[in-house]
Amino acid sequence: MTEFFQSLGMNYEFAWFTATIAGVLLIALPLMLAVAMIIYVDRKVWAAINLRRGPNVVGPFGLLQSFADGLKVFLQETIIPSAANKGIFILAPIVTFTVALAAWAVIPFDAGVVLANINVGLLYILAISSLSVYGVVMSGWASNSKYPFFSAMRAAAQMISYEVSIGFILVCIVLFAGTFNLTGIVLGQEAFGLGLINAYVVHPLIFPIWVMFFISCLAETQRVPFDLTEAESELVAGYQTEYSSMSFALFWLGEYANILLMCSLNTLLFFGGWLPPLNIDLIPWFDIPGIIWFLLKTFFFFFMFSWVMATVPRYRYDQLMRLGWKVFLPLSLFFIVVISGYLMATGHFGGAA
Amino acid sequence: MIQTIAFYLFAVLVIASAVMVIMSRNPVHSVLWLILAFFNAAGLMVLVGAEFIAMLLVIVYVGAVAVLFLFVVMMLDIDFAELRAGFIKNFPLGIAIAAILLAELVLGIGAYRVGAIELGTPDGTSAPLLDRSNIESIGALLYRDYIFLFEAAGIILLVAMVGAIVLTHRKGPADARGQQDIAKQNRRRPEEATVMKQPGIGKGVEL
Repeated sequence: MTEFFQSLGMNYEFAWFTATIAGVLLIALPLMLAVAMIIYVDRKVWAAINLRRGPNVVGPFGLLQSFADGLKVFLQETIIPSAANKGIFILAPIVTFTVALAAWAVIPFDAGVVLANINVGLLYILAISSLSVYGVVMSGWASNSKYPFFSAMRAAAQMISYEVSIGFILVCIVLFAGTFNLTGIVLGQEAFGLGLINAYVVHPLIFPIWVMFFISCLAETQRVPFDLTEAESELVAGYQTEYSSMSFALFWLGEYANILLMCSLNTLLFFGGWLPPLNIDLIPWFDIPGIIWFLLKTFFFFFMFSWVMATVPRYRYDQLMRLGWKVFLPLSLFFIVVISGYLMATGHFGGAA
Repeated sequence: MIQTIAFYLFAVLVIASAVMVIMSRNPVHSVLWLILAFFNAAGLMVLVGAEFIAMLLVIVYVGAVAVLFLFVVMMLDIDFAELRAGFIKNFPLGIAIAAILLAELVLGIGAYRVGAIELGTPDGTSAPLLDRSNIESIGALLYRDYIFLFEAAGIILLVAMVGAIVLTHRKGPADARGQQDIAKQNRRRPEEATVMKQPGIGKGVEL
């Protein structure tokens, strides 16, 4: 895109700057639209599994429900509790939302369609997702109210715990791919399974770590079975109890943007990203643009998230911690050892000298 | 041009937030300013091309250490009057430490201006690393050239961790420590947990 702006007569630096801002908008605006629609999908799937209708009034099939909700919160009054720590109270939803958007900078939607194709893409994702806990902790503390505070405590412990196992799981994938670059990881999956299937997950050593990754994603994004931070029966609404209006909506948007990010990570790391599922030209699906495959796969994982939400009861907090530290952490460490050994034995350590 | 602007932006923010860490009255604000300082330091490292260190700084310090800081500080019950009284008492000590740090900085920068120390010539084992990415060169250094030092550091950390666990571990049978037998809980079937009763009207239930 830089070349295009240069052709308009800008010098290189200015053209690069403009192209980056245009790229940011090109990602962020469709992402917001996707979040609005994915909330609708979430409610519809949930309703269908509960044998309800779900949103069906606003617009055809209720498609405009999220926009109606958005308009409603936009017109509400922003209430700041008098005992709250005002600056941090306002800053917290902004942090949540910004961090949720920032991680999308390194996500490749198609071959070469990525805002920042950096070497340390996966580490960047880890760094940004470790930041997302701050929005929750800050809001919980600044609300100066007991349930949000409990929620913040729970969120801090939960997200740190699961970040550890996610980190180890990502190390396994990096061992296979030989690179931290997300585009490189996707390209490494081309014809991976028997020269036929474009996905890491078909490997018998990777399938179990994908299962762990999926569960850790649920915990990291605080989705049901692990939504202890906003457990209605215990903590009212958790850290967002005192929030109203747009500040509440920012939490909501950030949360769903994070969920979409985790779905797309599942796609990129384990299911071949923008590549078609099989590497044979059985039906002419190499003509389908890669971004369609990427979005379809991401949507599939979002459907699984919704499915889990509608079917699984909530965990108890001590069991959540036990699962993270006593089950996933040793298992993922064990898999690092096994996978390194396997790669040493078969001698296909890609790239590393 | 953009690099210069970015450098001054990050540098000013690092210094400003570092000042705010010690100036703000609320410890939670201090920790949040500290996080901003870490974050901008990571930005500076990205600017000089050390993206791996920058990401590690964010993951380790911002993502883990500072969260635990915040966790502890948020739960403190702080008496601000006492804090301010302590300020006068500790003022001379603080000035002394600040003077030592300043002297070290001046000495360090002065020595650096004179010229780098000759650390001996490389023995030829490390290949030129300039054309590789950050991660590969750091990996080559840590896992090939300095493998024993690196492993020794790892073992020391492991021993420290085991020591901490041993020191805080409470002995006794599982029940006495208030811990739960998860396997036992999972083994429990509905038949053992719930009983169907058909109480007659006005008779109540005998359990």
